[in-house]
Amino acid sequence: MIDVTVLLGLVIVVSLTFYALLGGADYGGGVWDLLATGPTAERQRATIAHAIGPVWEANHVWLILAIVVLFTGFPRAFASLSTFLHVPLLLVLIGIVMRGSAFVFRAYGPDHPGHERFWGRIFAMASTTTPLCLGVIVGAITDGKLPAAAEGPFATVFITPWLTPFSISVGVFALVLFAYLAAVYLTLEAHDPEERAAFRRRALMSGGAVGLLAGTVLVLAGPDVRSGLMASSWAIPLHFATGVSAVAGFALLWVGEYGMARIAAAAQVSLILWGWALAQYPYAIRPHLTLAAAAAPQDVLIILLQVLGVGAAILLPSLLLLFRIFGPRGQQDRQA
Amino acid sequence: MDLLYARWQMGMSLAFHIIFAVIGMAMPVMMVAAEIAWLCTRRPEYLDLAKRWARGTAILFAVGAVSGTVLSFELGLLWPAFMEFAGPIIGMPFSLEGFAFFLEAIFLGLYLYGWDKLSSRAHVFAGVMVSLGGALSGAFVVTANAWMNTPAGFRLVDGRIVEVGPFAAMFNPAAGAQVLHMLLAAYAAVGVAVAGIHARLLLPDHRHPFHRRAFAIALFVGLPAALLQPLSGDWAGRVVARTQPAKLAALEGHFETETYAPLRIGGIPDVAARETRYALEIPGGLSFLAHGDPAASVVGLNDIPRELWPPVTAVHIAFQIMVAIGTWLACLALWAGTLWWRGRLFESRWFLNAMFWSTALGLVAVEVGWMVTELGRQPWIIQGVMRTSEAVTPMPGLFVPSVLFTCIYVGLAAVVIVLIRRTVLETAPTRGHA
Repeated sequence: MIDVTVLLGLVIVVSLTFYALLGGADYGGGVWDLLATGPTAERQRATIAHAIGPVWEANHVWLILAIVVLFTGFPRAFASLSTFLHVPLLLVLIGIVMRGSAFVFRAYGPDHPGHERFWGRIFAMASTTTPLCLGVIVGAITDGKLPAAAEGPFATVFITPWLTPFSISVGVFALVLFAYLAAVYLTLEAHDPEERAAFRRRALMSGGAVGLLAGTVLVLAGPDVRSGLMASSWAIPLHFATGVSAVAGFALLWVGEYGMARIAAAAQVSLILWGWALAQYPYAIRPHLTLAAAAAPQDVLIILLQVLGVGAAILLPSLLLLFRIFGPRGQQDRQA
Repeated sequence: MDLLYARWQMGMSLAFHIIFAVIGMAMPVMMVAAEIAWLCTRRPEYLDLAKRWARGTAILFAVGAVSGTVLSFELGLLWPAFMEFAGPIIGMPFSLEGFAFFLEAIFLGLYLYGWDKLSSRAHVFAGVMVSLGGALSGAFVVTANAWMNTPAGFRLVDGRIVEVGPFAAMFNPAAGAQVLHMLLAAYAAVGVAVAGIHARLLLPDHRHPFHRRAFAIALFVGLPAALLQPLSGDWAGRVVARTQPAKLAALEGHFETETYAPLRIGGIPDVAARETRYALEIPGGLSFLAHGDPAASVVGLNDIPRELWPPVTAVHIAFQIMVAIGTWLACLALWAGTLWWRGRLFESRWFLNAMFWSTALGLVAVEVGWMVTELGRQPWIIQGVMRTSEAVTPMPGLFVPSVLFTCIYVGLAAVVIVLIRRTVLETAPTRGHA
C-alpha cells in the first residue's frame, strides 16, 4: 500500500503541474505581451488576451488548491515556508494582485488606448516578476539553506537563505520555461501566418534559452541537490525523456507541426517538475523537514484524500467543458 | 508593535476582500435573474441588464479572486503558528472552498465568454453554477471562521492535537448561524446597494424601463434576505451567548453580572469606570434575547479577567451600528412589500429616496458585523485555545508590507469604482433608444 503522505504529496505535485501547464502559460503570455514587437505587435497582444480571457481565472485556482492541500496536509511545511520565505511570497502576492486586476481592468475598461496601454503594461510586468519569484521560492526549498528556527539577524534569517545564485537561476529558468510554453501554445492561437511565424520565432528562441538555463541551474546546484537530481535509478530515464521531449518540441516547431509541438512542450514542463519532485523526495523543505515530519495526523490525510477525490469528480468534467469550448480546437471548429 | 501591524494588515485585507466576496455571491444571482427574465419576456432591457451585470461581476470577481488568494497566503505569512496548529483541523472547509471557487471560476469563464457559444439553457446553467459556487465558497470559509469562535473536532493532549475530526470541526456550534447570517448579509447588502443606485436614476424619471427592471430585480434579491436577517441575527446572538460570554458582554457593553439584564440600545461604554452610559435600556431584554428567559443571569465583563476583554468600546459601537442598519433594512423590506402589494413600487418618491440614501448601508453593516465577530474574539485567535499574540510571525518589519498592501488596496478600490461607474452605469441607456 502506498503511504498516504506520499499520495497527498503527489496531489500537490499534480496541482502544481496543472498550474505550470495552464497558469504558467498565462504568465508566459504576459511576458510576450511585454516583449511584443514588430509589425504584428498589437495583433500579438490581442491574441494573447483572447487566449487567456476565458480560462485564466480557472487556471489560477490550481495554485490555491496546492496551497490549501499544503496547509491542511503538511501544516508544518506551510508554516515554515511562509515564515522564512515571507519576502518572496509577498512579492508573488503583489504580482498576482496586480496581474489579475490589471488584466480585467484592461479587458473591461473604456475603449481608450491610454487606459489599455497602462493596464496592459502593468499586467505584462507583473506576469514577468511573479514566475521569477515563484521559481526563486522553489529554488530555496530545494537549495537547503532555509534556517530551522527564526534566530539571528534579519538578513541571515529572512533574506540570504533564498537570495542565492541557485535560487535565482531557478527563478529565471521558470520564467523562460513559462515563456517558451506560452509561445508554443500561441502558435496555435495566432490568427494569421505572419503572427504565427512571430510566435514560432519566439518559441524557438526561448526553447534554446531553456536548454542553456537548465545547464546553469545544474551547475549552480549544491552537491546534495545534484546527487538528488542525477544519482537515483529513475534519474537517467527521466532526464532522457525530458531531453527527448525538448528536442522533439524544437524539431516539431521547426517543421511547423504546432499541435504536436504543444504536446511535446507540455510533456517537457511536466517532466521537469516531476524530476524536481522526485529529487526533492523525501523532503518537503530541504534539509530540515521531511514530508512525513511535516504531515498532519494520518486520519486527516485520509479524509482529505477522499474529499479531493469527490471534488475532482465534479471538477474535471467542468474543466473539460471549459477547454473544449475555448481551447484552440474549439475555436477552429466554429470557424470551420 | 509587529502584532499590531499584522492585525492591521489582516484586518485591512479582510475588510477589502469581504466587499468583493459578498458581491461575488449576490451579483451572479441578479445577473441570472435578469437573463431568465429576458428568456421569459424577451424584453431587451433584461438582456442589456444581464450583460451589464455580467461585466460588473467580471471586474469585481477578478479583484475578489486575487484578494482572496492574498488572504490564503497571509494566513501563513502573518499567523504561521495558527496555521501549523489549525491547518489540519480547518483545512477541510478550505479545501472544499477551493473546489467551490474552481466551479465559480470555470462557469464564470463560460458565462462571460459564452454568450454566443452556448445554448441559452446551458448559458443560464453556467450562471446558476456561478451563483452556487459563490454561495458555497462563502459558506465554507465562514465555517472556518466559526471554528475560530467555537473550536471543535479535536482534543488537546500536552499541547498536541489528537483525534482530529475535520467534519466535526467544520460543523462546529457557531457554523450554522454564522453561515446563514453571512449569506443573508451578502444578498441583502448587494441587493440594496444595486437598488439604491437605480433608485437615484429613477428619481428624475420613474418610468424609465431599464432602471425600473434593474431596481425590481435588485429588490427581489436583496429585500427578502434583509427581512430574514434579524431572525438569523437572533440565532447568531444566542450562539454567542452560549459559547463566547466575553464577546456577548462586549457587544452589549454589559459589565455587571445580573439577572433581568437589560438590552442596551446605543450608549458608550466607559471601560475605566466599567459602565455603559447614555444607552436606552430595556429591562430584562438581554436576558430574554440571550437565554430566552428575562430572569436568566448574563455574565458581565467584571467577572471576566481584564486581560481577556475584547476592545469593548469598538465592539459595542460596531454592534450597535450593525443592528441599527439591519433593523432599518428589514423595515425597508416591509415598506417595499406594502408598496408592491399596492402596485406603487416605483411611484413612491419617499421610498425611492429612502433606498437611495440606504445604498451603502448594507455594505457598511457587513464591515462592522465582521469587526464585531473578529474584534469580539480578541485576545484569542482561537477562542480559549490560542492567543493572537502567540500566533504572529517572528518576521520583523511588518510595517512595510502592511503599508504596501494598504496602498495597493486603496488604489485598486479607487480604480474599481471608476471602472464600474464608466462601464456599467454611465453608458446605461437613456430613454428613447432604450
